[in-house]
Amino acid sequence: MSLRIVVCVKYVPDASGERGFADDLTVDREGVDGLLSELDEYAVEQALRIAEAAGGDASVTVLTVGPEDAREAVRKALSMGADQGVHVEDDDLHGSDVMGTSLVVASAVERAGFDLVVCGMASTDGVMGVLPALLAERLGVPQVSLLSEVSVTGGVVSGRRDGDTASEVLEASLPAVVSVTDQSGEARYPSFKGIMAAKKKKVESWDLEELDLDAELVGSAGAWTEVDTAVERPARSAGTVVKDEGEGGLRVAEFLASRKFV
Amino acid sequence: MADVLVVVDHVEGSVRKPTLELLTVARRLGTPVAVALGAGAGRTVEVLAGHGASRILVSEAGEYADFLVVPKVDALHQAVKLVDPVAVLTVSSGENKEIAARLALRLESGVVTDAVDVEAGGEGPVAVQSAFAASYTTRSRVTRGIPVITVKPNSAPVEPAAAAGAVEELAVEFSPAARGTRVVSRSARESTGRPELTEAAIVVSGGRGLGSGENFALIEALADALGAAVGASRAAVDAGWYPHAHQVGQTGKSVSPQLYIASGISGAIQHRAGMQTSKTIVAINKDAEAPIFDLADYGIVGDLHTVVPQLTEEVAARKG
Ligand SMILES: Cc1cc2nc3c(=O)[nH]c(=O)nc-3n(C[C@H](O)[C@H](O)[C@H](O)COP(=O)(O)OP(=O)(O)OC[C@H]3O[C@@H](n4cnc5c(N)ncnc54)[C@H](O)[C@@H]3O)c2cc1C
Ligand SMILES: Cc1cc2nc3c(=O)[nH]c(=O)nc-3n(C[C@H](O)[C@H](O)[C@H](O)COP(=O)(O)OP(=O)(O)OC[C@H]3O[C@@H](n4cnc5c(N)ncnc54)[C@H](O)[C@@H]3O)c2cc1C
Repeated sequence: MSLRIVVCVKYVPDASGERGFADDLTVDREGVDGLLSELDEYAVEQALRIAEAAGGDASVTVLTVGPEDAREAVRKALSMGADQGVHVEDDDLHGSDVMGTSLVVASAVERAGFDLVVCGMASTDGVMGVLPALLAERLGVPQVSLLSEVSVTGGVVSGRRDGDTASEVLEASLPAVVSVTDQSGEARYPSFKGIMAAKKKKVESWDLEELDLDAELVGSAGAWTEVDTAVERPARSAGTVVKDEGEGGLRVAEFLASRKFV
Repeated sequence: MADVLVVVDHVEGSVRKPTLELLTVARRLGTPVAVALGAGAGRTVEVLAGHGASRILVSEAGEYADFLVVPKVDALHQAVKLVDPVAVLTVSSGENKEIAARLALRLESGVVTDAVDVEAGGEGPVAVQSAFAASYTTRSRVTRGIPVITVKPNSAPVEPAAAAGAVEELAVEFSPAARGTRVVSRSARESTGRPELTEAAIVVSGGRGLGSGENFALIEALADALGAAVGASRAAVDAGWYPHAHQVGQTGKSVSPQLYIASGISGAIQHRAGMQTSKTIVAINKDAEAPIFDLADYGIVGDLHTVVPQLTEEVAARKG
């Protein structure tokens, strides 16, 4: 029996660029370059390791939901070693909130067929960190999320979750949804061979019709949340910066005293 | 007045400070009804009643500790059916956000995560969020169902307010999915005796500039002199100098203390994402060009190995 792994990846605006909002208060995609969310590289890495541990009797499908350019995120994951890609693209997806996005991702995952879904811990733009949980709820399978360590043996996925107050070892039977943190292990770089091989790999393109989803359920039309305003935060006014001439520590203490911290 | 459901964050019955802040927020929207789940939940009653909870729903079932996330979603789902609140509020954390989102989906309601403030609005609660590493402030609303909002620590003051605090047992029927993910073992994090990072009024952080794990002793000494929590940059954590639980930033904790002191930290965008909303920022860095100085209210260009010990000594002296 072969293990079907789907890795969900998001195409996001580069955090080192000038990120902002467009007039309709969705993410401005014109003003800044996009890339495969760095946190999803960890998901791709873990999916590949799990597939390798399964001794080749496994397939890794990369899935993204996003605009035309989002295909670049799929390409990057393919060049890291994933087998095939799915890109869900539809004009009606514009303005989706997390409920709409998770509906589309869940439908696409189901259509692709899966034993294990691997996600990142959070996107680097919305940073909600909830899509994997919503996916599990929609698919009716266990979630084993925010893992810093993950492995699959004999139809069971297990991993370690380092939470706020405790560290937990978790376990669930497949099929399941997992998400992995940036503590799970460095992601590999695409090799030249990998980049060449990726060009030949298949990327399917699906739209809402193929997923049998009503446009009313997604995009701005189907959103259950609304952004009223987005205002750029005034840059912090530059404070005092002084060079240490031997009394730097005393200067800071004086400043702290002036603000009543000591 | 309408009821607002407040999910209680507690450890063995001791209520964590952000929940008390949540009760302040809830009172702006209506009458707080608290839900406390898990071992020790019954011991939260007095504190919650002292901070405005009119009713406290309690369930101590073992399922919450033995299985991940879903049992709590089941419990909150029943609590919502019982109370019919105008909003559900919970403290932002990895697990709470997952619970909130799944609850919202079951209620066919929208969810807003990581609010830094919540205001009462004409069309329901307005959540203030901080986007793109705190470079934007947004105001959003849930337009369908019962708004489910997760709120970050340090978003409101803690204000005592006496209320009835009537205790009720919450009867929970667990769904078949509740036992899906087993918690095989759990090891509690050792307490350092210092304040909790996300709750602390002062945070002292160290980065790669410290040069070694041993040198974190400099940071700890300053933290102790100020009664502060200790933070670290990802570079310091990745080097194995300090535990990941102390990482501040996008993939670590986000903190919003009264005072943040960064030593040997350059101020990369992912670090700033976790500390930019601190009220006062102090930076110590030997590189005058380090981006952290763009945020600092007060900065010293100098070697942290001399500046930090001198500061610690002076703070201790001033405190007498
Ligand atoms: C600043 C900002 C704030 C927002 N706040 C809210 C809000 O409060 N409520 C709300 O309903 N929506 C909100 N949104 C919209 C929401 O971020 C998007 O709908 C989004 O696609 C899903 O949430 P996320 O990106 O935060 O994903 P997360 O839950 O952080 O993503 C976790 C993982 O899910 C997978 N994943 C996420 N998106 C995709 C995708 N498109 N394709 C494939 N896999 C994916 C990836 O593996 C990723 O690592 C916000 C968006 C922005 C930019
Ligand atoms: C997806 C993603 C998520 C990330 N999440 C996080 C996160 O959550 N938190 C985080 O912190 N980073 C995060 N990062 C990493 C981030 O980009 C930076 O690499 C990191 O913050 C750098 O840490 P640093 O400032 O300690 O080190 P550096 O950038 O190396 O800076 C060290 C500083 O110390 C100064 N210094 C050196 N010696 C001395 C001395 N003797 N005295 C005084 N100053 C000295 C130097 O001038 C320099 O400015 C993330 C990155 C990615 C891609």
